[in-house]
Amino acid sequence: MKVPQFIHLLGSPPWFYRISGQLMPVLGLLACALLIVAWVWGLGFAPEDAKQGNSYRIIYLHVPTAVIALAGYYVMAFTGLVYLVWRIQLMALMLKSAALIGAAMTFLALFSGAVWGKPTWGTWWVWDARITSMLILFFLYLGVLGIINAFSGSKTSQQAGVKAASILALVGTVNIPIIYKSVDWWFSLHQPATLKLTGKSNIDGSMLTPLLIAIVGCYVFYAFMLLWRTRIELQSSEHNKQWLRDAVSKK
Amino acid sequence: MYFDSIQALLHMDGHGPYVWACYGMGALVFLGLVLSARAQSKRSIEMICASDVNDEDVQ
Repeated sequence: MKVPQFIHLLGSPPWFYRISGQLMPVLGLLACALLIVAWVWGLGFAPEDAKQGNSYRIIYLHVPTAVIALAGYYVMAFTGLVYLVWRIQLMALMLKSAALIGAAMTFLALFSGAVWGKPTWGTWWVWDARITSMLILFFLYLGVLGIINAFSGSKTSQQAGVKAASILALVGTVNIPIIYKSVDWWFSLHQPATLKLTGKSNIDGSMLTPLLIAIVGCYVFYAFMLLWRTRIELQSSEHNKQWLRDAVSKK
Repeated sequence: MYFDSIQALLHMDGHGPYVWACYGMGALVFLGLVLSARAQSKRSIEMICASDVNDEDVQ
């Protein structure tokens, strides 16, 4: 199958190393600024919620990390698909990086959701559709990471591991629409979606602005970490290549 | 600021422990990702430099 130009560029480790090195400082600073503004605003300046009081302020951590947990899964599945179709080695490294960051974001979404549940629902945990499907997402991320780490021997073994992890990542994408729609399809303690792409969001503008900034900040942080971790994997796997030695010695 | 004092911000009408526990864990995870990447990046660059020296030894 003919490789599209964009994918073709991703197949070049020196190109990725150079571009990611240029993008990372910008993304890192931008993520830091956005997240500090959003969280200081959300914690100290946004008004109290009429029903939930101040516990709702957890939304500024819970929603952005949950959004990234879901979007990050698509990124991971896409890298798995590209690896399976075109065997681009860089995609194998990005798959592992996406699994680690995605697992961290899913853990935060689950943790903040559980802590938010106590003052709001009176319980830390309930086995309802949204929460259970998020827990499955967490296990899918861990599964992908576990498979890649388990096949860490010879090059052939590593390739078999990435192939199996890519298949698991692709099969797991069926869980994402289930998570999105779980609060509509089943009776759930979890509230329906606060933010809507179509129609009016169920949140006042004074609370919405810091939430949107936090979501954008988390997306930028995700991009920053994905580039950084993929660079680290690249440094490990290509440590004896001349182009990498040249790139490192230039710094 | 929405709160009258730092105490009120920390207490949040009894919801403070829940809210701050979440953001504490958030800070741990975000910083953990950044610091572990920094440490690994340093190790990888040392490995690249070391393999450079080994190559010279071979030559």
